[in-house]
Amino acid sequence: MFLQHLADGILSGAIVSLGAIGLSFTMKMLRFANFSHSELLTWGAYAALVFLSFFSTFGGFFDQTIGPFSFGLPLLFAMACACITTSLIAMFLHLYVFDRLSRSAGHMTMVFASFGVALVLRHLVTLIWGSDPIYYSNELQFAILLPGGVRVMPDQVFLFGLTIFTVIFLHLFMTRTRTGIAMRGVAESPSLAQVSGVNVNAIILWVWIIGASGAAMGGVLYGMTIQLRPELGFSLILPLFAAAILGGAGSLYGAVLGGLIVGLSENLSVMIIPTTYKPAVPFLLILLILFIRPEGIFGERKR
Amino acid sequence: MSSAAGYILQVKDLVAGYIRDLPILHGVSVYVDRGEIVTIIGPNGAGKSTLIKAVAGLVSVSQGSIELNGKNIVNVPAYQRATQGVGYVPQTGNVFTTLSIHENLIMGGASLHRGKAERRIEELYEIYPVLKSRRREKAGVLSGGQRQILAVARALLTQPDLILLDEPTAGLSPKAAAELFALIRDLSRDGVAVLIVEQNAKAALRNSDRGYVLAEGENRIDGAAHTLLADKEIGEIFLGMRRDTPLEKEEA
Repeated sequence: MFLQHLADGILSGAIVSLGAIGLSFTMKMLRFANFSHSELLTWGAYAALVFLSFFSTFGGFFDQTIGPFSFGLPLLFAMACACITTSLIAMFLHLYVFDRLSRSAGHMTMVFASFGVALVLRHLVTLIWGSDPIYYSNELQFAILLPGGVRVMPDQVFLFGLTIFTVIFLHLFMTRTRTGIAMRGVAESPSLAQVSGVNVNAIILWVWIIGASGAAMGGVLYGMTIQLRPELGFSLILPLFAAAILGGAGSLYGAVLGGLIVGLSENLSVMIIPTTYKPAVPFLLILLILFIRPEGIFGERKR
Repeated sequence: MSSAAGYILQVKDLVAGYIRDLPILHGVSVYVDRGEIVTIIGPNGAGKSTLIKAVAGLVSVSQGSIELNGKNIVNVPAYQRATQGVGYVPQTGNVFTTLSIHENLIMGGASLHRGKAERRIEELYEIYPVLKSRRREKAGVLSGGQRQILAVARALLTQPDLILLDEPTAGLSPKAAAELFALIRDLSRDGVAVLIVEQNAKAALRNSDRGYVLAEGENRIDGAAHTLLADKEIGEIFLGMRRDTPLEKEEA
């Protein structure tokens, strides 16, 4: 039983990690808590649904599922298109809401604005797609039996593999490319980056693109392994913030580790507390980390 | 290239500040020629750092002009000024402490093509071998003097015509400060125009060609560095020194 909860925790933590990466970056670089970030997961999931319908019309080779998974190439293409769509939404929000506000308003105004944006985004999803749960696929899947009696769905294995691939890709991007290094520089000191010749506005757009793409992937993986519903992102607000705060704002590895800790804590907690209290676990984690180490596991300690 | 008047930098009647309608500089004018070292001195709150930040593009200008090689750059964003020939070393937070030394230099060459940036970094490693031997280390572990060398090297990546140094010797040991001034003189010999804001007025003026005294956001006195050093009035009125001691003789 413990091993099963452990596996479930790692898998749900992987989704939280993908969503928390972008939230963590925007918290550090844009210096505000963006409560609308979780809605990007919802938009990513639903955008993929639209593209999935489109790619599925091609039929033939496109209609076949890949190996033991419940999906075929259309969902992979749809996921890529969802990343682009969600990035465009995020850039639109940055250019027409957050960037404009940041010139004249304080951080609290930005936070409240993000609440408003979150409401608009969530209700738009309900307006367009309705409030009933939707599934990408109606294919039946058989669980794989792993050592220790742990059962996982093939799609969950894909989810975990894709998360690892994304984290390695982002690690290489942040450490080996000039744009990635500039992102880390801007996170530390935007003014020093500016006088060094870095176009900070362009780098901030990259932050939104990476954050929104991670959110879209998280949303699609959530929809793939659970279901699509308009409250998908809303239900992940606390886990996302817990992961970002736990790991330390601006830290890629922190967001990943934070996501895994949140996922594991939520799933292991049901062994000792009633399942109905499970959503409170991320909240307790936020309180705990703020008391013990406010800057997070990988965050810089303020002197 | 110097402008027609021969100046790399010419600031004319500059009115600037951090908040609109609340200027700190009230019509300041300075110029720096190619290969010249010019020091700005003055009491706290005189607007010295504001002037240098305005030239770097970090402070908004409401009136006046900042000409770099004869071209007004007042409306040029800070990141483009770096590509147009302005190198800036701030007083605090002058390196990216969470990045490695090599990554700091990559940041300095962000506006250059990759190949040129890599060549420049190798050239700077030859000039400052201490950076090469520690290239993989985080800049946050460097000593104050080494950080200043890295900060200057980062600012030199783009081969600027003008380098702005804000309190470069603050917090440095006398030995490290002397090494830094030697480095600044080398830059000047290579034709780089240097504008320094410095609390350590004596040391800075001893290593400078000319100096300006600012007070309350306005020009007060300017002239050859050795003339300012010998002037008792400057020491007394603007730097709070004893009346009977010229700036040149007052020891730290």
